Amino acid sequence: MQREEIVAMDESNNTPSDQQITGNGGHLLEVSDLHVEFRTSGGVVKAVNGVNYILDEGETLAILGESGSGKSVGVEAVMGIVESPPGFVTAGSVKFRGTELRGMEEDQLCKIRGHNIAMIFQEAQATLDPGFTVGHQISEMLRLHRGLSKEEATKKSVELMDRVQIPFAVERANDYPHQFSGGMCQRVMIAMALALDPDVLIADEPTTALDVTIQAQVMQLLSELQTETGMGIILITHDMSVIADVADRVVVMYAGRVVETGSIHQIFDQPAHPYTVGLMNCVPRLDRKEDNLNIIPGSPPNPINLPAGCAFHPRCSLARERCLSETPVSAEVGPYHQSACHFFEEVLVGH
Amino acid sequence: MTIFIIRRILQAAVVTLITLSVVFVVGRVVGDPVRIVIGIEAEETRVQEVRDQLGLNDPLTVQYWRFMTGALRGEMGTSFWTRTPTMPMVLERLPATIYLGVVTALLAFPLAILLGATAALKPHSWADRLINVTALGGVSIVEFWLALMLILVVAVQLGWFKTSGYGGVEYVVLPALTLAYKPIGRISQMARSAIIDELRKPYIKAARAKGLSEKQVVFTHALKNAAIPIITTTGDEVATILNGAMVVETVFGWPGVGLLTINALSRRDLPLVEATVFVVTGMIIMTNMLLDVAYTYLNPRIRFQ
Ligand SMILES: Nc1ncnc2c1ncn2[C@@H]1O[C@H](COP(=O)(O)OP(=O)(O)O)[C@@H](O)[C@H]1O
Ligand code: SF4
Ligand SMILES: [Mg+2]
Repeated sequence: MQREEIVAMDESNNTPSDQQITGNGGHLLEVSDLHVEFRTSGGVVKAVNGVNYILDEGETLAILGESGSGKSVGVEAVMGIVESPPGFVTAGSVKFRGTELRGMEEDQLCKIRGHNIAMIFQEAQATLDPGFTVGHQISEMLRLHRGLSKEEATKKSVELMDRVQIPFAVERANDYPHQFSGGMCQRVMIAMALALDPDVLIADEPTTALDVTIQAQVMQLLSELQTETGMGIILITHDMSVIADVADRVVVMYAGRVVETGSIHQIFDQPAHPYTVGLMNCVPRLDRKEDNLNIIPGSPPNPINLPAGCAFHPRCSLARERCLSETPVSAEVGPYHQSACHFFEEVLVGH
Repeated sequence: MTIFIIRRILQAAVVTLITLSVVFVVGRVVGDPVRIVIGIEAEETRVQEVRDQLGLNDPLTVQYWRFMTGALRGEMGTSFWTRTPTMPMVLERLPATIYLGVVTALLAFPLAILLGATAALKPHSWADRLINVTALGGVSIVEFWLALMLILVVAVQLGWFKTSGYGGVEYVVLPALTLAYKPIGRISQMARSAIIDELRKPYIKAARAKGLSEKQVVFTHALKNAAIPIITTTGDEVATILNGAMVVETVFGWPGVGLLTINALSRRDLPLVEATVFVVTGMIIMTNMLLDVAYTYLNPRIRFQ
């Protein structure tokens, strides 16, 4: 994977919001030092504590981590849709094609959301509005961002439903979400997300709630669409086999921090953080017996009261004095491969 | 959907029959209408005379049958006071009450939903607090006091509206405002909590991710789904408005069913009271039925079953 800056190609963009985002080089998406907290009656939940990553065109970046590690909140902060209150993005920067999105006026952001950066969610059925037909919900995107008339938007919606392989699209456009299966709802969400050819698609566990065969179909559909459009995808999942299939690079998160980032090969073949190693060992493999399955001992820390030093130390077999007091910073392990562990060399050797 | 509507109509019919039976039982069996009219001290022979006249000495079953079949034909007896059939008297007053009720509803419901949505948009903001205090006032205020205050300030002092009587805008605004306050209070509170509930659901996050503005998210998506519980409350408020109409019509001299009921009560005109009860209950049952159908229509999960 080349990591020289891929020059943003200006593909005859002529809608108003496209012009606002000048393709002046830079990465498609660049997130740095992102912090999000929830101020609740029980205390301040430190959900995201300094997240950095970049995404380039045509690339798939996987975000990996146990539940509660801040994956969803992190991408919601990128979209600017963290529920506030109680959520506050307290620091960091989100640059889309070099343009800072944090602190941008809300009406400007609305033009980017859904249009340049689209998002699909875990529970597709619950993320569709139960009170409107799916056709209406797809049309809404086109009418809002493209100013299409009702008829044009309806026609385009049916085309989009066709494109995501929903059978009988013309008739089904008039159905309500509860009349669709989970897999079909996710296709509707994808159709909606792709309605405006976004540059970035954020997919937050898009297949977790689906049957295995449907999962494969949805992932297949996403890769096909990516090949067609060249969009960058941020894929949140804890399915290693999915990551192995589609991801170019991986970001591993723990307790709201990025603990390791690298190419798919680096992460799978030379994991440089004890947590990543633990995750790899959790993967059930066909060539191993089930009872050899390793689960990382212990449980994720309470985000209201994170452990000092390395947040992973209570569960880390390599932990020692230094880990209790000194928070590790990301260090270069190899080309574009970083680990936030004081003793990553030992991890590399040990693996 | 059709089955639902048919079932709902049958339900309304049963409730109407039950209401009529209760009216019958309370009037003939529990109390003694004759003594109410001619007084406790009247002579026994005089009482029996009147009883025979009114058919009150017939067996209860015969009376019940006569009462029910009469009611279904729209006959609720003869007024003790005017000696004329009661139903035409009530129906003659009905348009005035419907007029007042509709103006009240048109004032109350949109305003209540707007207030509720505004409050839900920024919970705990000053706007929310202000709306909450206003709503609490509506829920707890005594109607005749509000009516008198409005008459004093807006009609007498400012001279904007008439103090009493029947007619166009200058007559209807004050009674309608008085009647509207309670429903505004309750519906706005209901709307606020229903919208806040909806705003927590995942489809709202997805709607924001689509690039909809906060106003679009609240007023199209959240409101459409919140309308389902709001409509249920609205049904109860129809009863509140019709009950409130008695006091408000009396204070403002509005010639509707409410004023008629108060007059009938003060004259101990039992058949007339029964007729007003029947008509008012019938109206409540009917509007609730219509609202239920609207409810079903708004909720596709019920509509497509
Ligand atoms: N609305 C909220 N209020 C309080 N805490 C929240 C809220 N949303 C998320 N969190 C907390 O933020 C942390 C990260 O959550 P999330 O990003 O959803 O994790 P995941 O990695 O499973 O997607 C969790 O500890 C969660 O409890
Ligand atoms: S810094 Fe220490 S505790 Fe943290 S992962 Fe590395 S060895 Fe384990
Ligand atoms: Mg999540």
